[in-house]
Amino acid sequence: MNQSRSLNVILGIYVAMVFAFVFAPIIFSMIFSFNSQRFPTIPLGEFTTEWYAKILADPDVWEAALNSLIVSCSTAVIATFLGFCTAYSDFRYNFRFKGPYLALILLPPTIPLIIMALAMLAWFSKIGMSGQLYSIIIAHSVLTAPFAMAVIRLRLNQMDPDLESAGWNLGGSEWQTMRHVIIPFCKPAIFSALFLTAAVSFDEFAVSWFVSGLNKTLPVIILEIVQGNIDPQVNAIGTFVFLISMTLVVLAQVFFASRQMKSIKP
Amino acid sequence: MSSTPGRKLNLYALTWRLPIIFWQFIFFVGPVLFMVAMSFFLVKNYRMTEAFEFVNWSKMLSRGYFWDSYWYTVLIASISTICAMCIAFPAAFALAFRASETTRRWAIFLLIIPFFTSYLVRTFSWFVILSESGVINGMLGYIGLGPYTMLNTNFGTLVGYMTLTLPLVVILQTVTMANIDKNLIEAARNLGCSAFRTIWQVIIPLSKTGLIIAAIFCFILSFGDFVAPFYLGGSQEPTLPILILDTTKSGQQWPRAAVVAIMMMLTLFAIAFTGIALAYRKGKGAK
Repeated sequence: MNQSRSLNVILGIYVAMVFAFVFAPIIFSMIFSFNSQRFPTIPLGEFTTEWYAKILADPDVWEAALNSLIVSCSTAVIATFLGFCTAYSDFRYNFRFKGPYLALILLPPTIPLIIMALAMLAWFSKIGMSGQLYSIIIAHSVLTAPFAMAVIRLRLNQMDPDLESAGWNLGGSEWQTMRHVIIPFCKPAIFSALFLTAAVSFDEFAVSWFVSGLNKTLPVIILEIVQGNIDPQVNAIGTFVFLISMTLVVLAQVFFASRQMKSIKP
Repeated sequence: MSSTPGRKLNLYALTWRLPIIFWQFIFFVGPVLFMVAMSFFLVKNYRMTEAFEFVNWSKMLSRGYFWDSYWYTVLIASISTICAMCIAFPAAFALAFRASETTRRWAIFLLIIPFFTSYLVRTFSWFVILSESGVINGMLGYIGLGPYTMLNTNFGTLVGYMTLTLPLVVILQTVTMANIDKNLIEAARNLGCSAFRTIWQVIIPLSKTGLIIAAIFCFILSFGDFVAPFYLGGSQEPTLPILILDTTKSGQQWPRAAVVAIMMMLTLFAIAFTGIALAYRKGKGAK
């Protein structure tokens, strides 16, 4: 018994260390963003908001922030729509070639981003769609639709299939049943999918960098600054990016978890 | 039930089924197939012309630096996978068997956040932390150690890979092991199995599928990442993603970059298929 307790303590410390490793870069980046030193070290320098003042005065950063906002919002809507359609088709219908059909939406995240970036760049140049803001939106919706599909499909799993036929038996058409039964049932998952796909799009840099041309998003700006040298501005932009994407992921999870509470109710 | 629409293929069914087919054929299958075609194109005077020549393939595959880069990438991604799986295992074990349901949920909730949160900024943060005059060397200095060179080494690259993969690997391992029937573990212990033997002969075989899938994802992520080897590893030995980056961005040699990309995809397919075959193979001992 005593042995088991000391093992628990050791394992507890170990888990804490793994979490410390995972969260250290996020926390340090936030600390460095308020630190006066150009090359941060221990002991820390003085508190400063210099780096924030710098990025706020930089029109390129503002433009990139606007681009990022447009891209992630548009991506979220398109990817969630595609994800919903596919999740519903998979839930409701059995058809030939369903395997390849599902592979079509689920494969992109298993291909390294650098390869997708090259393929998208070449293809968009070929069909005359490269270097635009919408190029990033299209590419991101391909990359993020599987996440939306997975979130919504898990929600549909919890739905009694008889609920839909009950809608029909009560005289509703398929479209009415969709509108009054299925969409309300999936609502939390739809919100969850919107936030999650927005977060992934907001953070994606490889594909954005390749296909964006002159329309840079925030991660692309970071990538370009980082290539130069150590510049604490990155920590300031990074902290801002962290806060937004962390908020989005937390919201996605809260909506995703809220469905579990509801499904407990009879 | 005959009055219900059932599973007929009508306008309604097509409305939900077709969007993804159109979208992915134009913007996913199209790009990938075009990339394969592009690997046979020619580049003349910095302009790509459509052709069907094997010159890019023969040029790339006959170069020593390509194969150096190839085997280095396979090696370091394998090391990364082994490290991530080993580092994650005790943590996942603790979360799956020793923690309460609530703690486990919170842990997974917290780990999902960094997985989806700017990997680029996290890597840059490591760059600052690990540098010669950075936080870690600063702390080691107090106890009279160092400074150690951690940037521009394989160690730096691996720290980056762990930043990328560790949250996902811990999540997948935890979920897999938490789903094991606890009675089987009880039984093993009651029959006199040591803790170590229980892990080795009961827990690992029972969670084999999930563990292999975690390893495959870890390998794919490390194999395809250019940020860690570039910024933390100093790209002294360029990995394949860096090769793609250089060939595309500076050399205008898209077709040759496509050759590298296709070689990467073939390697990943081979590894994923082998892994999945292993994961779903019935154990020989099963009666």
